[in-house]
Amino acid sequence: MPRIEVDVNRCKACYLCVNACPKKCLGKSTVISKKGYFPAEMQRPQDCIGCKMCYMMCPDVAITVIKE
Amino acid sequence: MTILAKKPQSLTDVPMHYCPGCGHGIVHRLMAESFDELQIADRVIGVAPVGCGVFADDYFACDMVQGAHGRGPAIATGIKRSKPKAIVFSYQGDGDLASIGMAEIVHAAVRSENITVIFINNAIYGMTGGQMAPTTLVGQVATTAPKGRDPKLQGWPINMCEMLSQITGAKYLERVAVDTPQHVMAAKKAIKKAFENQVKGVGFSMVEVLSQCPTNWHASVDQALEFVRTQMMPQYPLGVFKDEEAR
Repeated sequence: MPRIEVDVNRCKACYLCVNACPKKCLGKSTVISKKGYFPAEMQRPQDCIGCKMCYMMCPDVAITVIKE
Repeated sequence: MTILAKKPQSLTDVPMHYCPGCGHGIVHRLMAESFDELQIADRVIGVAPVGCGVFADDYFACDMVQGAHGRGPAIATGIKRSKPKAIVFSYQGDGDLASIGMAEIVHAAVRSENITVIFINNAIYGMTGGQMAPTTLVGQVATTAPKGRDPKLQGWPINMCEMLSQITGAKYLERVAVDTPQHVMAAKKAIKKAFENQVKGVGFSMVEVLSQCPTNWHASVDQALEFVRTQMMPQYPLGVFKDEEAR
């Protein structure tokens, strides 16, 4: 099953990944990061299809896409 | 466990300083991926510009020079001619390339230097705080054009790809965007081809990337992407303007 990891120390909360996700799996975290942003996070992991669109749009290269 | 996609090896671990939603980071990643895929990472030498990309040397895990404003192609020419085996790129913004560096880019193309130029067009001066660039659209508000760009006063935007396509020495010119995953994939293809051309010795290659600048456009990230699609693309149509190798 595919999943993603968001590096919260790189994420700047532009949410390009949230808009790019075709399955609308991603959302905004409610936990503030060290940088002072609310980073993007995986909210519906069961729907992730591993299409890498979030990775492709991320300007901060904060996303790693992993297939178990 | 297989990793489908992660930060390319040609990028360092330094977090980028660009504003949230800026297109620079996407282009950096596409370039780094191209280095990894073409296995040229150990012989790449880059020229960082003056502008938002000035700290690009912190992000690429290759040798970098930080050039004087607009002189990227001239510096790249010197590096390429003294080290012909190196893969040399100049990374420039629109204020850098289309304004102060106009002579350098035109003559690098005239001489058909075997270098790769990545040109980020966001229609504004980003780092200095949103002044009008040569690529600013008609009617677009900038700090030095507070009522919007008026052609009678400030002239019309420059289309660099169209202009350089008239030069025999320019071998590969393409305009891409990074506003949707589809366009990012097309941009990846173009950037990789521009570096492949250099490996093959085709000649001067330039990829123009339409990039968003939410901060200086005073827009949200969504509005900025919409601006790229509805305002910039009619003025700067995407596509291949020259591909000599294909002929």
